[in-house]
Amino acid sequence: MSWLIKSSIGRKFVQSISGLFLILFLLFHMSMNVVLIFSYDTYNFLANEILGANWWAILGTGVIALGFVIHILYGIILTLQNRKARGKDKYASSSKTPTTWSSQNMFVLGLFLFLFLILHLYQMWYQMQFKELFMMEGARHDGAQLVAEVFSNLWVVIVYVIAFIALWLHLTHGFWSALHTAGLNNTVWMKRIKVLGNIVSTVISLGFIIVAIAMYLGYSNLLG
Amino acid sequence: MDKDINIKVKVWRQNGPKEKGHFETYSLEKISQGSSFLEMLDILNEQLINEGKDPVVFDHDCREGICGMCSLYINGHPHGPDRGITTCQLHMRRFNDGDTITVEPWRSAGFPIIKDLIVDRTAFDKIIQAGGYVSVNTGGIPDANAIPIPRDDAEMAMDAAACIGCGACVAACKNGSAMLFVSAKVSQLALLPQGRVEAARRAKSMVAKMDELGFGNCTNTGACEVECPKNISITNIARLNREFLKAKFRD
Repeated sequence: MSWLIKSSIGRKFVQSISGLFLILFLLFHMSMNVVLIFSYDTYNFLANEILGANWWAILGTGVIALGFVIHILYGIILTLQNRKARGKDKYASSSKTPTTWSSQNMFVLGLFLFLFLILHLYQMWYQMQFKELFMMEGARHDGAQLVAEVFSNLWVVIVYVIAFIALWLHLTHGFWSALHTAGLNNTVWMKRIKVLGNIVSTVISLGFIIVAIAMYLGYSNLLG
Repeated sequence: MDKDINIKVKVWRQNGPKEKGHFETYSLEKISQGSSFLEMLDILNEQLINEGKDPVVFDHDCREGICGMCSLYINGHPHGPDRGITTCQLHMRRFNDGDTITVEPWRSAGFPIIKDLIVDRTAFDKIIQAGGYVSVNTGGIPDANAIPIPRDDAEMAMDAAACIGCGACVAACKNGSAMLFVSAKVSQLALLPQGRVEAARRAKSMVAKMDELGFGNCTNTGACEVECPKNISITNIARLNREFLKAKFRD
């Protein structure tokens, strides 16, 4: 299986599959967040009993972390190789070819999302699962209340919303590009896949944004 | 109506592959808008020769858009601002009086500059030699209709075969990727029964050669498709990915 590292299409295939896997994770994550709008108790039950420090949740976290590591690592390798392939001399008349902005800036968007991820992991995951796992003081079992506290700061909400917009841009190119790289595209399906990608990225980003803003404005835990 | 225009051309001059290049700006007067872009460069070179200077070196051959020899990155576009044509089919009526036109060679690690505006595109020949053919035994001529081919397949194969291998896709790509070229050359054969026989080996060896020659990894920006003078579709790239992955998983 060395072609997954040595061949350009192999490397891109790894990037494509890890990206699609992360999209599935984001769909799950977003669905769980939406619960916050309706009931804190249900959210805490899901967070503590279904996930929490159970062995399957730890295994799941490990797999998702691996997905992120592979996606980021391959993203860096591919970008460095592509910069080298482009050559040292840049065009003086910079490219006027009309392409989508996000397709040209996937690495920049990815880098921004990575920085956001560090903040996000510290604010949420470190306080909940990590501290509990390593028997540290102050592990939070009231996840929903923690989220509400974090989102009571306006700057946090603004940073998160900006990150979700970056995520939307990253996914609108990433979704169809991943399927294209996996060979699942043709002239008929091109438009359908792009539309589907726009729907998936909008659902994910909008779901996250709505929860963040609803928490800030106090429209959460509506069912008690 | 075509007019005569006065223009400036900012041209990349570079003496050799290892030398440092620079831009040189030349003024041209009374260029007919009815002349082609390459005719304008011919006029420039005549002017330079009369002044005792070194003429600008650029690639060209058929001058009717079929040989794939002309190149040139003009004002931010490979083959100039028009869609679906080569540089030799570009006319001066696309430019206005007083314009400064920037003319650069293809820039990519896979296409090193030989001199001025000429780049070494033998990398493409090497990729073709790696598998872009069908092996046939010579002998009696088989009947053309002995193997039935669905019309849509034949049309798609012909569309892919329109690629003239000029390298505009590599020039347009921010990743210096040759995937559009390789995918067209793989597709034109993979779509036909005669090409199916060697399809797996062809996809693997052409991609391996492409990687070896230092072309980048495609990120599906679609810039190649926009600038391709023959409008080769990037769905060919999806087909190449499919062919390659199928071949690798079968191993």
